[in-house]
Amino acid sequence: MARYDRAVTVFSPDGQLLQVQYAQEAVRKGSPVVGVRGSDAVVLATEKRTVGRLQEERTEGKIAALDEHVALAYAGLRADARVLIARGQIECQSHRLIVEDPASVEHVARYLAALKQEHTQSNGRRPYGVSCLVGGVEYDGTPRLFQTEPSGTFYEWKACAIGRGEKTARESLEKEYSASLVDTDTGAVRLALSSLMEVVHSGQRNLDVLILKKFQPIVSLKPEEIIPIVEEIEKNKESNNK
Amino acid sequence: MKDDEEKIFRVSDKLVMGVVGDSGDTTQFAEYIAKNIQLYKMRNGYELGPTAAANFTRRNLAEYLRSRTPYFVNILMGGYDKENGPELYFMDYLASSVKVPFAAHGFGGYLSLSIMDRYHKKDLTEEQAYEVLQKCVKEVHKRLFVSLPNFQVTVVNRDGIKVLPVIDSSSSK
Repeated sequence: MARYDRAVTVFSPDGQLLQVQYAQEAVRKGSPVVGVRGSDAVVLATEKRTVGRLQEERTEGKIAALDEHVALAYAGLRADARVLIARGQIECQSHRLIVEDPASVEHVARYLAALKQEHTQSNGRRPYGVSCLVGGVEYDGTPRLFQTEPSGTFYEWKACAIGRGEKTARESLEKEYSASLVDTDTGAVRLALSSLMEVVHSGQRNLDVLILKKFQPIVSLKPEEIIPIVEEIEKNKESNNK
Repeated sequence: MKDDEEKIFRVSDKLVMGVVGDSGDTTQFAEYIAKNIQLYKMRNGYELGPTAAANFTRRNLAEYLRSRTPYFVNILMGGYDKENGPELYFMDYLASSVKVPFAAHGFGGYLSLSIMDRYHKKDLTEEQAYEVLQKCVKEVHKRLFVSLPNFQVTVVNRDGIKVLPVIDSSSSK
């Protein structure tokens, strides 16, 4: 089996692309990211890696805006993600230039997935070690949430988690998700943070929340706004455990 | 013939660009520049100021000038910079670029430039500037050998982009 690791374009005898699977392992080592689609908004929540005292926190974020109505949150290799984000931003403007309309969220997700797939089939290139949650709002206001994987597949989700502890986070999402809960932005934010907190290492100081709502600019919650929600969730969890 | 063509393109929140020249070239070039400015904003988290945007535009003009496909467009780019206030750039199809207090392109420019030279002051208010433009248009309506009935007016200030009333042939009556 080990001999087939080397060239990424080669199948192993039992029909697997090992390099792609190894890339998915790299994703599982990244800090967790959760996305929730509400009835008129999409929420992306991440745990930022703790920064050293001398480091500027500005460059550590895991969520990037691709356009005014689409954002991407990633888990995995940061350097690979930067490349994907840059290409995604170009594609969003390119779409606007050619078609005079903003790109649909699915178009962006499909584009990134196609890009990732190329790197599972061409010579000498390893797959991107990144899974992305692409969330945004369509031209008519409908919120959409997509996930892309190193293999180049993409899926649409009502709520999804990637990165470390994704299985636990997804179970938590499945348990608590209901259409009525995510009808409001606060409900969607609460669901996202609640699942995220099941799998984060550190406390609430390192969480990032981005809200994409129809007909509004992208909102990034400030730490002062996140802390009260987190504290309320913690209180609820404790009282549920009793 | 069309007398209501939209020649002033919105490039970003505090930047507009008036483009004249070969039809096709004008829209193509203006939209290309506008989308690249937007890309810069998404990439870096802040908008390019008027000076940088004008330089970027000029560089594109210059690079295409000595290619097989030059853009035959003349441009007036106006924007508001937080530190330096409002700025106006005059660019032409030979990729020249210069910051000016007032400018004009086209045959009407030959008549308007002297009017603006006479009436322009550095500290004009928005209303006074509009009146100077009205004087220019009045001259164009009176003496230019082609009929140019309508003039669209756009303002850029610290609050963003605003469209002022169209100056048409009724203003000279």
